[in-house]
Amino acid sequence: MTNAGTTVVQADPPARAVRLPRRRGIELALIVLAVLLSVYGYCAVGLARYGTVPPGAAGYGAGLGVLALLAHLAVRLRAPYADPLLLPIGVLLNGLGLVLIYRLDLETPGDRAAPTQLVWSTLGVTLFIVVVLMLRDHRWLQRYSYVCVAAALVLLLLPILFPAVNGARIWIRIAGFSIQPGEFAKVLLAVFFAAYLAANRSALAYTGRRIWFVRLPTGRVLGPILAIWLLSVGVLVLERDLGTSLLFFGQFVVLLYVATGRTGWIAVGLLLACLGAVAVGRLEPHVHSRVEDWLHPFASIDAGLGPGQLAQSLFAFAAGGVLGTGLGLGHSVLIGFAVKSDFILATAGEELGLAGLCAIFLLYGLLVERGYRAGLALRDPFGRLLAVGLASLIALQVFVIAGGVTGLIPLTGMAMPFLAQGGSSVVTNWATVALLIRVSHTARREYDGEVAP
Amino acid sequence: MTRHIRHAAGFCALLLLALLVNAARVQVVQAGSYDANPANRRVAIARYGQPRGDILVAGEPVTGSRDSGQQLRYERTYVNGPLYAPVTGFASQEYGTTLLEHAQDGVLSGTDPLLTPLPLWHGLTRSLSPGGHVVTTLDPAAQQAAYEGLDGRKGAVAAVEPSTGRILALVSTPSYDPSVLSGNAAATERSWERLNSDPDKPMLNRAVRQTYPPGSTFKVVTAAAALDAGVVTDLDRPTRSPDPYRLPGTRTWLMNEGDGCADAPLRDAFEWSCNTVFAKLGVNVGVTGMTRTAQAFGFNDRALRVPFSVARSTFDTSVDKAQLALSSIGQYNTRATPLQMAMVASAVADGGQLREPYLVERTTTADGRTAWTAGPRAVRQVMRPETADLMKELMEGVVTEGTGTNAAIPGAIVGGKTGTAQHGVGNAGTPYAWFVSWARREEDLTPRVAVAVVVEDGSAHRGEITGGGVAAPIARAVMEAVLNSRSGSGG
Repeated sequence: MTNAGTTVVQADPPARAVRLPRRRGIELALIVLAVLLSVYGYCAVGLARYGTVPPGAAGYGAGLGVLALLAHLAVRLRAPYADPLLLPIGVLLNGLGLVLIYRLDLETPGDRAAPTQLVWSTLGVTLFIVVVLMLRDHRWLQRYSYVCVAAALVLLLLPILFPAVNGARIWIRIAGFSIQPGEFAKVLLAVFFAAYLAANRSALAYTGRRIWFVRLPTGRVLGPILAIWLLSVGVLVLERDLGTSLLFFGQFVVLLYVATGRTGWIAVGLLLACLGAVAVGRLEPHVHSRVEDWLHPFASIDAGLGPGQLAQSLFAFAAGGVLGTGLGLGHSVLIGFAVKSDFILATAGEELGLAGLCAIFLLYGLLVERGYRAGLALRDPFGRLLAVGLASLIALQVFVIAGGVTGLIPLTGMAMPFLAQGGSSVVTNWATVALLIRVSHTARREYDGEVAP
Repeated sequence: MTRHIRHAAGFCALLLLALLVNAARVQVVQAGSYDANPANRRVAIARYGQPRGDILVAGEPVTGSRDSGQQLRYERTYVNGPLYAPVTGFASQEYGTTLLEHAQDGVLSGTDPLLTPLPLWHGLTRSLSPGGHVVTTLDPAAQQAAYEGLDGRKGAVAAVEPSTGRILALVSTPSYDPSVLSGNAAATERSWERLNSDPDKPMLNRAVRQTYPPGSTFKVVTAAAALDAGVVTDLDRPTRSPDPYRLPGTRTWLMNEGDGCADAPLRDAFEWSCNTVFAKLGVNVGVTGMTRTAQAFGFNDRALRVPFSVARSTFDTSVDKAQLALSSIGQYNTRATPLQMAMVASAVADGGQLREPYLVERTTTADGRTAWTAGPRAVRQVMRPETADLMKELMEGVVTEGTGTNAAIPGAIVGGKTGTAQHGVGNAGTPYAWFVSWARREEDLTPRVAVAVVVEDGSAHRGEITGGGVAAPIARAVMEAVLNSRSGSGG
């Protein structure tokens, strides 16, 4: 009997027996590496500029190290199965961003952004820790999806009450800090999209009239989501922040496709995108000039007006070449306005070269890939859509801004995740990584060796 | 759903690939053209990010660099700007470079590969060498004497060492201070506009970039051609030339300023500068012979670099006999830079040999290691040595008993030739006063210095403007300065 029973167990082991390893040690080692790399970059700037290690190097390293360590402890405590790559990538990108901003501060002595950015990074990591500790299960968010969308809309509408800054109404200023509420709305909308699509994906996929080869969904299903989407995009056009509306739209289409598996959605989405792009490009002079800049980045030089921002950005990338000038030795500050935010990548491209730039792109790629992998491993539709949505959010954001500053697509103002100056963006990115950590913890803890349905 | 997540992931991978390929396009494929774009300030920032090398005269820098604290950090300064402006030119952040600053820019700015310890060093390290120095051939005493002699009048002086071709003085007045053009501020633009609109053209380098009708000083060339061609064999035999002389094929009569030119022998005709005699000699030598000698002296040469370019001095080769007669006395289309006339005197002084003039002795790295040295210059035999001896005799005569007595230096042997060149419509302009000469101390074997002076004096009375009165004292001062300042050196 006993033998027979043993045989049965051996032939059909229970799912729980093949739990994945936790790999928290690897995460810790990678975090130490990320902090050391950031401190090294900080020292390299000082050595290149003044020939000495900057006085704040130890404090900077200790600060970043303590933050990263606390985040690591939170993960170890509450999400021990989480993917070990997510947190180190976040720490490295954030540390590198601080180094680049510190380096650019040397060129603009009247405008120091690095200390503020460090404060925001601390807030971001705090939020990360709070989310990892408090959010026991990501499915809890599903219940509050309509709260999320309401909050997102309020956040999007809030800046309309405040004066425009640099032509866009996307900032609110409180006590010296300027906040971009639209950044927080990105994550909230991702939660809502995931929850809504998870609940209605069957209806979206299998109901509705079929016209030619596209099966149109019924108005009852499509109505609310189209309304919310139109509203958010409308608000953003009013606020003249087209990068973000492009981001929402792309994220929406990706999630719709993943949820329903209908290529028709992509066709409709692309059609809508083209119509919108042409209309906005024609009607909005701000966007029209961006498209012109993209097509002819050196037109202003030929006109005798000197190089424009995009031309200066391209010059910076070109000056970097393959290996870069070295941290602290480039002249990306020639870009002028927004060099620490939208154009931060130009500094990386000039001073770290194509090699450094590719490394940064691959770090983002890895971050996105880990998000998708968590989505693949999960079983519940909401979790899968949430992971895919958040990962796509990062991917699209990187593509839109990196493609913009390197002349691949028309430039739209947007923060490079983790790297760029901008408090709201850093906090949002840490929240995104925290959610991915939660989702991947669930995915890896419940993983049974089988690919989920 | 899994399949669709994979598709979406593939889409993200495509985006990543597009970013990577585009980054390679910008940073590798297009990098060269972006780097070379004139609107890209990085080249200028690197160029002005280090002090520019100096131009040295007799071991002392006549230039400097000033840290402006701006984005383009170092600005050019000049120790004695107006004096050396015709040599240094300017090095402006806004308006580029000229003259030596331009011709030696690679050394001064540090891009010259000769400054590097290894070949391809700049390409490997993406860096510039510290700016190297340019050592000139100038003699500061001669330069100063010429500048003071001209005394702000419009004119120029060029002096060379006949045995080597080294340029000892190169002065043009009125001059300007090139340091006012160095920066990129609004004041620089105002200076630029002021200098360009100045009717006296202070930025014109009259010594090498302006040609004048050489007038009677060209008779040195004509005499050399006549002697070389055998048209004249004895300096003291009458030349059978009428006074006045009717230009062949015309009814125009050529006159002289003085008397006694009819049938004058070459020696007297040279000492008293008889137009009629030299016009006829030129016609007798013929276009071919005159052209050969004039071009041997350097006329019609576009390629002369010292190392900056020198305006082409002209001797018209397609002329009829009347035009040839006028060309032979330095009128019609004959034009010469002061440097060209100094070369004429130099060839006579050095036994008929002409060496190409040059300004840069050597260039060094920032710490003084020699990077490049001017080797011996190509020598051209302009006339037979016997002709050169006769020419020296003629020129000495001008100074001892002719029109050029103002150039005589006690204890030295000086040869010269005066000139008074008419110009303008109907010769209405104030004539240019010329003097070309050479000098050696009595104990020397060969002349030490050859000088050409031109003064376009607008203020003096027409009658007083003769080369001997206005230009010869300046030439004398320059020659004295050279003979004195080099008295200590052995050879």
